[in-house]
Amino acid sequence: MINFTLNGEARQLDVDPNMPLLWALRDELKMTGTKFGCGVAFCGACTVHVDGFPARSCQTFIGDLEGAEVTTIEGVDTDAAKAVQDAWVELQVPQCGYCQSGQIMSATALLADTPQPTDEDIDAAMENNICRCASYVRIRKAIHRAAEIMEA
Amino acid sequence: MLHNLRKHLADPVVQPSRRGFLKLSAGAAGGLLIGAAVPLRSAAQNAQTTELITPFVHITADNKVLVLSKHLDKGQGTATGLATLVAEELGAAADQVEADFAPANVELYANLAFGAQGTGGSTAMPNSWEQYRQAGATARAMLIQAASSEWDVPASDITVLDGVVSGGGNSATFGALAGLAAQQQAPSDVTLKTPDQWKYIGKTFARVDVPQKSRGSLGMFGMDEQPEGGLVAVTARPPRFGAELSSYDASAAMEMDGVMGVFEIPEGIAVVATNTWIAMQARDALELVWDEATGETRGTDELIAEFRALLDQPGSPAEPRGDAAARLANAAQVIEADYFFPYLAHASMEPLDMTVLYDGASAAFWGGSQLQTTDHMMAASTLGLDQDQVEINTKWGGGSFGRRATGDAHLVVEAAHIGKAWLDAENEARPIKLVYSREDDIQGGYYRPMTLYRVRAGLDTDGNIAGFETRIVSQSIISGTPFEQFLVHNGVDHTTVEGIAPTPYSIPDMSVDVHHPQVGVPVLWWRSVGHTHTAYVMETMMDELAEAAGRDPIEFRLAYLDNDPRTAGVLRLAVEKAGAVPEGLHRGIAVHKSFDSYVAEVADIRMREDGTVKVERVVCGVDCGVAINPDNVEAQVEGGLGYGLSAVLREEITLTDGEVDQFNYPDYTPLKISDMPEVEVHLVASTEAPTGIGEPGTPPIGPAIANAIYAATGTRIRELPLSRHGLA
Ligand code: FES
Ligand code: FES
Repeated sequence: MINFTLNGEARQLDVDPNMPLLWALRDELKMTGTKFGCGVAFCGACTVHVDGFPARSCQTFIGDLEGAEVTTIEGVDTDAAKAVQDAWVELQVPQCGYCQSGQIMSATALLADTPQPTDEDIDAAMENNICRCASYVRIRKAIHRAAEIMEA
Repeated sequence: MLHNLRKHLADPVVQPSRRGFLKLSAGAAGGLLIGAAVPLRSAAQNAQTTELITPFVHITADNKVLVLSKHLDKGQGTATGLATLVAEELGAAADQVEADFAPANVELYANLAFGAQGTGGSTAMPNSWEQYRQAGATARAMLIQAASSEWDVPASDITVLDGVVSGGGNSATFGALAGLAAQQQAPSDVTLKTPDQWKYIGKTFARVDVPQKSRGSLGMFGMDEQPEGGLVAVTARPPRFGAELSSYDASAAMEMDGVMGVFEIPEGIAVVATNTWIAMQARDALELVWDEATGETRGTDELIAEFRALLDQPGSPAEPRGDAAARLANAAQVIEADYFFPYLAHASMEPLDMTVLYDGASAAFWGGSQLQTTDHMMAASTLGLDQDQVEINTKWGGGSFGRRATGDAHLVVEAAHIGKAWLDAENEARPIKLVYSREDDIQGGYYRPMTLYRVRAGLDTDGNIAGFETRIVSQSIISGTPFEQFLVHNGVDHTTVEGIAPTPYSIPDMSVDVHHPQVGVPVLWWRSVGHTHTAYVMETMMDELAEAAGRDPIEFRLAYLDNDPRTAGVLRLAVEKAGAVPEGLHRGIAVHKSFDSYVAEVADIRMREDGTVKVERVVCGVDCGVAINPDNVEAQVEGGLGYGLSAVLREEITLTDGEVDQFNYPDYTPLKISDMPEVEVHLVASTEAPTGIGEPGTPPIGPAIANAIYAATGTRIRELPLSRHGLA
């Protein structure tokens, strides 16, 4: 039995401790905002925050989460997250949208840490969030726009 | 036991009947525009209703306008495009408009370009342009008639603006009038707005799906289906395409907690479990023995050698012009070049999935269906049901790039086999979601065909083209599918030669011939299909010929575009907007017409110190007729060229002894944010009917970059991807 905090609420899960958080979220808790893209920590579609840091939930194991604070796209509501989501809509970033939960979680973590990121900061933070639709031009613009929204 | 199991489960894979397909097509063609006008309910039902329900538009009592998209939206913005057309003619307010997908019903929802319900070939907006505007205008006329009778005001005095119907001092929302509107006779004829009256078309209409897709896309994708009591299936498929199973042992898998069953199906061994991860663990625990002698056992090296040998043999001719051989025999100089294009996987972000619920008498499917008509027919025939006992529920696609449109409907068929195996094992009917892992997706075939070319192109003493011969070796995508009779003629698959036979260039003496070898690797259309290679060959050769002729590459192209002002127009536009080549960068250009749209791309690249290429900026000129949603056109060109760039840089599927060498993204490396150039898109203002934009941004990027690499290094790149040459 693992105890952890999920989107601000205490949760208990009784599953194989080797189960990746991704599949516990999606198939046990039926929370499907966090997406499955590769399963090998390469594409970033499954990005969540664990104790405030971006983590690939497909390679984060339930057994390692005792006492952790996990935030998913369903629960993220910091100022950075709101600014990112508003900028995403304003600049019409998503195409198919499948990667965007992960993009938004990574962008949110970047802005919490670096409120005025340069293009290089964006490349470094977002490099392992694949968008097969190549919405990258707009992801970059929207992160800059979110930084402006946060400053205002 | 294996033998018995097989006998029990072996359903022959049913091919859709060609005649059935045609019959449906003919029926659909007759019923088209009526669909826009016919209410779905009887008059008696309408007397009770508070909603206006037509095939394409539902207006609800709570004042929502729901537009039903007959097309799959997998990121290309089609649902928004269709909603824009309806909203425009209906006079709706943008924020009351929502979109959802139409059910599979070929009579109501055929793609008018195919005669079957489906999405592809960048046809969604062109084929719907009249139909969805008529649907909006019809609903508007019915609202006006309702208001007229309610208020006793002549229809001609009633106006509709931003979701409000007004006249004679009265006003009402759509929702308030919807029930009464449903009782009106649909007009047989409606007048569409003229372009000067447009409020949304060609202007701004925000994507209907973007807010939800910025908040987790909850409930949108097939992969996210979590029905009550739902289970998950993964299948162990053969390591070689077409290989057969000799024996297997599932005992370890069956013992795992959460595993609900293991079934032999025609596609392999399916594991059904309560959780995707458990299903994948259990699949890994299967002991499988495949018959080494069956299936495709050639690797790409052997295939390349066989394809090369075919380059020496004449193939089936496609649309010859003049006498290329005679001109070449007398040419002042002749350029000879062989090209190589690898197999490519689509690798959409959402791996394939399909949920099935089958109870023996009826079946329902949920997933990103892209050819609903074939999926519907094949699902029904696989389960021995009538089509009206089968529902296909289309979900938003997490990308596709062609992958979800298969003539054999293999995904739906496999889901049906699993649903049947589950029920045959005396289980209670439950929804089962068939899930592909990323490895299943990348190794699962249905690739852009590996394609080899040989080109011989001549110049005369004045620097004009004197004969252009092209030979192509590529598997046919279309042969053996329901589309064969439309798209394969005299041994030539049109999708192999599109973009080069014919070419818009007025080259007088030109021949293209084709070999379609049989290989066990399944192939499929991949965003822009044949244009992925025809544009590359044509546009790098035009550059090479211009240089050999001592002519400017833009002037040289324009000299052969005298009959094609739109191709010439986008080329001029992109070149003008790109301006001078920035210091330290190298420029390449390419222009290509595909799917009736015209795109020129000017690429500026930088050579990094390690010898790799960084594409810094791409300036595009685009003519797709009326741009229904200009911002979405830009997004599609950005994404389309990004998708092409990804392939050009590093993508390649190879096989060793018939087994695919790549497993997952780390070894099938997609474009990353640091690879993405700045993109500028310039649209030609046009009054022509709209043409597609999902694909046409993709073809020019490869040759534009190859031409820039030549400008930088003096090397002509004729084999892709660039990573083969240390350039990426
Ligand atoms: S699914 Fe976790 S990184 Fe791709
Ligand atoms: S929007 Fe489709 S993968 Fe990013």
